[in-house]
Amino acid sequence: MAVEADAPRMEFDVVGHRRVRPDGVDKVTGRARFGADISAPGMLTAKILRSPHAHARINSIDTSKAEAMVGVHAVVTSADFPDEHVPRGERDTLVNVMAREKAFYDGHAVAAVAAMDAETAQDALELIVVDYEVLPHVTDVVAAMAPDAPVLHDTLFTRGVDPKPDKPSNVAKRVEMGRGDVEAGFAEADIVIERTFRTEATHQGYIEPHACLANIGADGRGEIWVCTQGHYMIRNTVAALLGIELSKLRVTASEIGGGFGGKTTVFAEPVAAALSRKAGLPVKLVMDRTEVFRATGPTSSTAAWVKIGVKNDGTITAGDIELKYQGGAFRGSPIDFGCMSAFACYDIDNIRMVGWDVVCNRPKQAAYRAPGAPMSTFVVESVVQELAERIGMDPVDMRLKNAARNGSDSAYGPKFGTIGLVETLEAAKAHANYTAPLGANQGRGIACGFWFNFGGETCTSLNVQTDGTVALMVGTPDIGGSRASMCMMAAEELGIEYERVHAIVGDTTSLGYNDTTEGSRVTFSSGMATIKSARAAIEVMRARAAMIWEIPVDAVVWEKGHAKPAGPNAGDFEPMSLADIAAKSGATGGPIAGHAEVNADGAGVSFATHLVDVEVDPETGAVKVLRYTVAQDAGKAIHPGYVVGQFQGGAAQGIGWALNEEYVYDDMGRLQNAGFLDYRVPVASDLPNIDTVIVEVPNTGHPYGVRGVGETSIVPPLAAIANAVSAAAGVRLTDLPMSPPKVLAAIDAQKD
Amino acid sequence: MSQLRYEAPGSVDEAVALLASDSDAKVLAGGTDLIVQMRSGLRKLGLVVDVKKIDELMSVSSDGGAWTIGAAVSGAEMNENAALKKDWPGVVEAVDLIGSTQVQGRASAGGNLCNASPAADSVPAMVAAGATAVIAGPNGRREVPVEQVPVSPGKTSLATGEMVVAIKMPAKPARNGEAYLRMIPRTEMDIAIVGAGVSLTLDDGGTCTAAKVALGAVAPTVVIVDDAAKALIGTKVDDAALEKMAAACSAACKPIDDKRGTIEYRTKVAGVMARRAALIALERARSN
Ligand SMILES: Cc1cc2nc3c(=O)[nH]c(=O)nc-3n(C[C@H](O)[C@H](O)[C@H](O)COP(=O)(O)OP(=O)(O)OC[C@H]3O[C@@H](n4cnc5c(N)ncnc54)[C@H](O)[C@@H]3O)c2cc1C
Repeated sequence: MAVEADAPRMEFDVVGHRRVRPDGVDKVTGRARFGADISAPGMLTAKILRSPHAHARINSIDTSKAEAMVGVHAVVTSADFPDEHVPRGERDTLVNVMAREKAFYDGHAVAAVAAMDAETAQDALELIVVDYEVLPHVTDVVAAMAPDAPVLHDTLFTRGVDPKPDKPSNVAKRVEMGRGDVEAGFAEADIVIERTFRTEATHQGYIEPHACLANIGADGRGEIWVCTQGHYMIRNTVAALLGIELSKLRVTASEIGGGFGGKTTVFAEPVAAALSRKAGLPVKLVMDRTEVFRATGPTSSTAAWVKIGVKNDGTITAGDIELKYQGGAFRGSPIDFGCMSAFACYDIDNIRMVGWDVVCNRPKQAAYRAPGAPMSTFVVESVVQELAERIGMDPVDMRLKNAARNGSDSAYGPKFGTIGLVETLEAAKAHANYTAPLGANQGRGIACGFWFNFGGETCTSLNVQTDGTVALMVGTPDIGGSRASMCMMAAEELGIEYERVHAIVGDTTSLGYNDTTEGSRVTFSSGMATIKSARAAIEVMRARAAMIWEIPVDAVVWEKGHAKPAGPNAGDFEPMSLADIAAKSGATGGPIAGHAEVNADGAGVSFATHLVDVEVDPETGAVKVLRYTVAQDAGKAIHPGYVVGQFQGGAAQGIGWALNEEYVYDDMGRLQNAGFLDYRVPVASDLPNIDTVIVEVPNTGHPYGVRGVGETSIVPPLAAIANAVSAAAGVRLTDLPMSPPKVLAAIDAQKD
Repeated sequence: MSQLRYEAPGSVDEAVALLASDSDAKVLAGGTDLIVQMRSGLRKLGLVVDVKKIDELMSVSSDGGAWTIGAAVSGAEMNENAALKKDWPGVVEAVDLIGSTQVQGRASAGGNLCNASPAADSVPAMVAAGATAVIAGPNGRREVPVEQVPVSPGKTSLATGEMVVAIKMPAKPARNGEAYLRMIPRTEMDIAIVGAGVSLTLDDGGTCTAAKVALGAVAPTVVIVDDAAKALIGTKVDDAALEKMAAACSAACKPIDDKRGTIEYRTKVAGVMARRAALIALERARSN
């Protein structure tokens, strides 16, 4: 669908105000049903047996004792997941869901049991005998690229290199992009800084573990209830892996206790479905936290090298970056996004981005908010800050000097439309945080960030009920309050009160295909489809009024929730409200509805600038975050409260990523901290109040000017905090997380 | 399937008899360690003896200035006992560091001691303050310094059938102050990388006459650093004395490298925590 011809609407009655979320009461009273909150008659409980080895050949699996146990109804292994009919693009997913010849990481599923209860299933797992041949392993991205590294897949040959390699390796691909001549650019620079950086893998850390209930009947028809960001994705993937027709599989998304990108793929669902099909009974599968850490999520760990040059007047003349992202045991790290976003905040003539997608013995990475961007932005924004210090220029001014503006060529190719980076920088500079006095051992950091945002395939359906209320059905699971925003947009368009619109997330048979809730796309594209659905319903209501008044439909306008004659010539009729028209619908042609199916284009990129003050304890290396401010372009904030929530949430997760979250492996490649005690997400007392400034530079690609806001907010924090900690500690920190031991070691090394 | 037996006796004698009847039996106080361990499959038990129905384990009393704290008294209850807190703020604060508000409603000092974690927060504080544990068993009662209860990570010196009945705190000496500090990467809900308890007593002239320094999480069990105490005794607890004490603490560490901290880091920070705790103890001693 093309970009809207009309300029975005600027005047609103409902949009832009804070409204009570429709799912709130259910969530605070416990009535809301999450993934594990549903049961079915005759239901079995499933448990998964996982590899204790980082890398091992599976010589055999003996399930006979488990199968013979009383109360065990089905046991599955890779033998129950034939791969002949599975499309090539889904093969890795199949292998990740259930290991075949090899187990590729500590926690890789090797078998599963469905039994009458959890204890029986657990006892049965202990009776399964797996003959492993333990192989050498590698969990570090740089070590995995070494010529003598243990190779995971003998079918993996590096793409994007010339000549084509004749030996398999752990390097899945090399990408290169850029423009201009970086060497010439560096020659023009007065100061050039070159540095290397590392970041550790972090988990999305959603509170609700993966959970589903699968019920596949003997006739091949099935249902899945599941906690996910994309129930159509679940349907399509399970159908592909198990060979089920799409229309025979009905998937319903539960309420969701967080996703952050980690629930945009399948883990347990195909296993539950395979067990259900084999047992002929419904099967519930709920992961525990340890399984969530060992086998789902996280984002890539990375290594990077960067070189940036600047003139004394602040002009960045060239930027060169090389990024290495490991994506776990399978190809597909977000290396392209990492490269494309690295310099996206700036309009630089000469840039080069080289990226490597690497596999190693870790769980397959999954999307995590702005996948790939926080790590490359950390690298670039750290050095930009350092360059500003070296030339003695205010760090905001230097960024403004180089900032991408309306119509700039983006670093990754296409021209930017109307964008709001400059406005976020100006908002940060004007904020009290920017000039707040700093004490001893305190430092201030600033960083910008960018995210593409996504549109994609979307459908919504809107039914005008005979009592004048409106039922809206969307196909995108609500992970951040989107039902409220959808109701607000429908109410705005229809001209009725927000309280009269009620939204649900429909199942996969109730609406056409919807892309997953990802890419910050929902308020943008489901919002667009909702507006279009409302407009379609308005067309129907105008026609009904025209029919009642016996005038042409062109002579009826829709204003503030009422059909009205277009002017004195149209006739003298009392306006009819939506409720009046709806009440008569049975006599005027039947139910009134509107629906829209779009492939939404024009998502509109979003930029942010983050400011942070920290204090470093020079004797322990502990970092305290004192102040934090987010300024981000939302295009148009439909529900400002939820926009603020997204800004704060991204900053909070970024603080965890920057300071304490990391995957710790022992020398056997086993994850040492698979729980929230030792995988340290920030607790409430670790965070200051996170102040926010909502910048609104309308997106011309959306009727109301909306830009996605969910992801950009996690892009700047790593760099902003590293810049602040470096300023406070008096030494540049380049290795995340900046945990107390690392900060203290850096301070002490500086002293020697 | 394994069967779990749960008993909640009303007296110490009954509890001891139950514990003596099964070598795999475990005492259940607040359960904030035990139940977590059972749930995660680390412990498989036949018999759990809940001691929260025994008055003696659930009450706090003072006699001539000396305190007897039931082994299962919760952290929240200790924290709300103003007189106890006034006498032994370091111990009460150390217990209060355990977990969150929810955990505080259950977690006990007795459980913290008997779980025998090297990182247990209340232990260095109790050791520094000179606390003792009253132990009941099939052969009657005995009383030992608390440091003699844990013997290695997860193991205690308690014989089959024995349990801790109470923690005893001596009468507060004049011009004594004590404090406990720990280093954790987060601000709460974490496990000490290093913990330091310091108790010191001053004479009227402000000279330190007695001191005890105990470190947690730097060795398999709590470490009493005699050299650190010696560095303070006879001084006015000035910077030089504190530096010497901190160095003695670092020297006494025998930590491990693990997911929570490196040897190097624990060693360095042990001195820092001890020095900071000593300064708080000093402040308290001066005002007592
Ligand atoms: C979320 C969370 C946070 C935590 N944070 C901390 C922390 O910050 N610092 C810290 O040190 N600990 C922490 N802990 C661990 C735990 O809360 C403490 O060790 C607590 O003091 C244990 O007390 P309890 O009464 O719950 O013991 P229980 O779990 O009931 O018992 C612990 C062990 O001691 C034995 N035991 C208990 N009482 C007796 C007795 N009277 N005689 C003989 N044996 C006995 C039990 O059999 C068991 O082996 C935390 C735990 C959780 C779940």
